[in-house]
Amino acid sequence: MTNNKYPSGMNVRTFIKESWWKALSGILLIYAVIYGFFVPLPEMSGMGSNLFNTMRNLFYHVGMWFTMLAMFITSFVFSIRYLSGFRTKYDTRSVEAANTGLLFGILGILTGMIWAKSTWGAFWVRDPKLDGAAVGIFIYLAYLILRGSIENLDKRAKVSAVYNIFAFVMLIVFLIILPRMQKSLAHPAGKGEENAVLPMNLDQNMRYVFYPAMVGWVLLGFWIWRIRVRIREIELTTYDL
Amino acid sequence: MLLKEIKYLAGKEIRLELKQKYVINGILLYLVSTIFVTYLAFDSVISVETWNSLFWIILLFVAVNGISKSFIQESPARHLYYYTIASPQAILLSKVFYNLLLMTILSGLSFLFFLLLMGNLVMNMTLFLVNLFLGSLGLASVLTMVSAIASRASHNFSLMAILSFPIILPLLATLMKVSKSALTEIQWTGNYSFIIILLMINLTVVILAYLLFPYIWTD
Repeated sequence: MTNNKYPSGMNVRTFIKESWWKALSGILLIYAVIYGFFVPLPEMSGMGSNLFNTMRNLFYHVGMWFTMLAMFITSFVFSIRYLSGFRTKYDTRSVEAANTGLLFGILGILTGMIWAKSTWGAFWVRDPKLDGAAVGIFIYLAYLILRGSIENLDKRAKVSAVYNIFAFVMLIVFLIILPRMQKSLAHPAGKGEENAVLPMNLDQNMRYVFYPAMVGWVLLGFWIWRIRVRIREIELTTYDL
Repeated sequence: MLLKEIKYLAGKEIRLELKQKYVINGILLYLVSTIFVTYLAFDSVISVETWNSLFWIILLFVAVNGISKSFIQESPARHLYYYTIASPQAILLSKVFYNLLLMTILSGLSFLFFLLLMGNLVMNMTLFLVNLFLGSLGLASVLTMVSAIASRASHNFSLMAILSFPIILPLLATLMKVSKSALTEIQWTGNYSFIIILLMINLTVVILAYLLFPYIWTD
């Protein structure tokens, strides 16, 4: 049903209680976007200079991936909850989390491609991180096509929840074994690397922007997800009429 | 009880297949003609990488073709009948077992034709065959589950492909890795971990399918 939490005028205290994180997301992102363009970068020369010139993209590109992962995990959790009880509201949450995750995933690919072109010289390079991201996008696009090809709403919810769980587990398996299959050539992957954009090597000044930006993006993702869920719930009720 | 059900249901699958020979003959011809096309497309000796990629891609398409019919071959009325007499787990496991049998035969034949037409580049035959069998098991279990999902939608071939390709990648990547090693070197070292990964993937898929299949079997 539609959300009728505020029947007669909005109470300021309930508003703060319910929506403080939306305000936090807004403040953090406004701070990160503005200060992200002014924060002094660490000195770099020689090999790192390509990276140096484009380093501010870190605040925007990485946030897309964190948010995408958070959304796909949300979608997975609500698929499981749907199967234990078959309540339509969990299906709605699951599909909208997948939609929001896809939005952030595609933005992540685009910001990453621009960055890749200027640092590595090509829009796409062979690398486990990039391949894993692409497979994640393929899985959720297939999920949406599967939903589109089933008419009956209950059947659609059930079958797509099963596919969502199955595919998500296989995606995790893929992300775990992929680094064993191919060496990372370009994308910073984690432990033991000296790449300046990895969180543990990150310059102190950049950290002041990076961490708030990450929290801000993830909260923004949940905000978008909540709005989309409400829109779909309204659509479902009007569809019934 | 479950084993007995699986035995009868798998026996039914085999009898059904033998009765409608044109289905399996169709897949066999698909396999042979695909390999023949690749043979004609390359007019010289091919490299190990090309051999490996071609073989697994052909096997993937053969598997998708062969298994996609699992849940659409019989009428919904007959499915309703099975629903009343057997547990969903037994239905699923019997299909997986039958498809494993089918895939073992199909992958073995693909391999033989590939050896005949594209040349034998395999150096460690035992490793290659173990890998091929584990691959058959993996392809059979993943694709059985996906064909069950796809059969609930308005079924078409492209749906089966787009649903299964991203899911099958961890399996296929590991298979191709081991297979490449079997093509280039004799020793086993370094491949045990990948064999274990393959077994773990297969186990994960079967457990997931076992848990999730009842939800798509009931309407």
